[in-house]
Amino acid sequence: MKMPYAGAIDCDLHVPAPSMAQLLPYLNDYWRDQIVNRAIDRMPFAMMSYPPNAPISMRADWRLQSTANPLEALRAHVLDALDLKFAITNVIHGCVALHNDDMAAALCRAVNDWLRTEWLDREPRLRGSILIHPQDMSQAVAEIERLAPDHRFVQVLLLAMGERPLGRREFFPVYEAAERHGLVVAVHAGSTYRYAPTIVGWPCYQFEDYVAQAQAFENQTVSLSAEGVFQRCPGLKFVFLESGVSWLPVTMWRTDKTWRGARPETPWVDRWPSEIIREHIRLTTQPFDAPDPTAVAQVLDRIGSDEILLFATDYPHWQFDGEDVLPDGLPQAAVRKILIDNALATYPRLAQRAIGGETAAIKEDVR
Amino acid sequence: MSRHVVCPADELPPGSRKVATVDGREIALFNVEGRLHALLNRCPHGGAQICKGVVTGIAKSAGPGDYRLERHGEFLRCPWHGWEFELATGQSWCDPRSTRLRNYEVKLEAGAELVKGPYVAERYPVTVEDAYVVIDL
Repeated sequence: MKMPYAGAIDCDLHVPAPSMAQLLPYLNDYWRDQIVNRAIDRMPFAMMSYPPNAPISMRADWRLQSTANPLEALRAHVLDALDLKFAITNVIHGCVALHNDDMAAALCRAVNDWLRTEWLDREPRLRGSILIHPQDMSQAVAEIERLAPDHRFVQVLLLAMGERPLGRREFFPVYEAAERHGLVVAVHAGSTYRYAPTIVGWPCYQFEDYVAQAQAFENQTVSLSAEGVFQRCPGLKFVFLESGVSWLPVTMWRTDKTWRGARPETPWVDRWPSEIIREHIRLTTQPFDAPDPTAVAQVLDRIGSDEILLFATDYPHWQFDGEDVLPDGLPQAAVRKILIDNALATYPRLAQRAIGGETAAIKEDVR
Repeated sequence: MSRHVVCPADELPPGSRKVATVDGREIALFNVEGRLHALLNRCPHGGAQICKGVVTGIAKSAGPGDYRLERHGEFLRCPWHGWEFELATGQSWCDPRSTRLRNYEVKLEAGAELVKGPYVAERYPVTVEDAYVVIDL
């Protein structure tokens, strides 16, 4: 369906990932020296989950000429075209796959500062995600603390497939920091390829890799529920980006059924896992992997809540459908929730801004 | 409602359990530290004989990593799929609103009271001197 009115909130939009040359000014002397003199700046740092020239990474008609201004293109293709209130940008950068924790953390800081300066400062409708290195929790927490005073950052960004399931307690300090600052934890499709992206081994084709992302989100949903993340952080919300949607009802059914018998193993799970999931996990609408309007309506009905979906364009990945912003088949009452209300209920920092209580962006010292 | 004498008290000492068939229904009887429980011997989930389940406490927690077993002897775990039921009420712990084991009033009564009737003693001659396990169906 077409965008019915102005003011929607796009919860997953991608600005072009920065080249290493673009990031160099945002690194300190030491890391600039290391990266230039070790020729690391010649490496693309593109996530192999999203090869830059693969059709899945960018629909051909959204691909920019090298001379084009990407911010003007973003405005023309999405922000103005859909008359959006906010769009949350997610930079999927390969630095999160580095084994050198300190270099990864330095590059995350550079990516975040680049996003802030090159994009958030130039376009007031954009909101940012704090990219963190998921293998070093103390540096991840420090990065959250560093950027939290800037309320244009509305979430922390992780990948669906890292070294360990996201419910593990080693992540709790990150989640506690996010909760403390009114930030959401966003999990985007993608892998650091520590392990095969399917549980049965390495696939041959990117097609398989992409389909398997949904299973990673299922695994993370079960991990977050079983490990008691939301008992520990009752105010925290997770947003799954590019996760697909149709797997969720099946996962809730299976998790609930298993919980009834296995409950004593994780006694902190004190209610139906599906209730915990409905309260704390949100999914973005691109790609909506139900085949037709009837199936779309059925999936939403089986999820049992119209508050769980957040509108996203996923621009410029090929799921971005231009003017056809939402799948047909959604109940009329759900459309406004999906486009606006659910995002405001999920993101404390967007709600704050929407009611006029924006905190001025605070410039703080760079580490 | 009918009252049934299901066995002499000394056939169900503390720590024991047994099955009695009353009116064609299998009733699981438990004596947990002197507390008597009578439940239909059929799990509402898959039909398992719950008399074969584990009598234990309930695992509780204040948060991830905190484990406590509380209310020892007050819960029954079904032998097939581990569903947990409160012995005193038959209520399911996970789903108390819509899942329960059928439970029955059960108590010890002195033979002297029972001989006055009315009661149904299918299999046991009741003597004034002894005590009996009696359930209401």
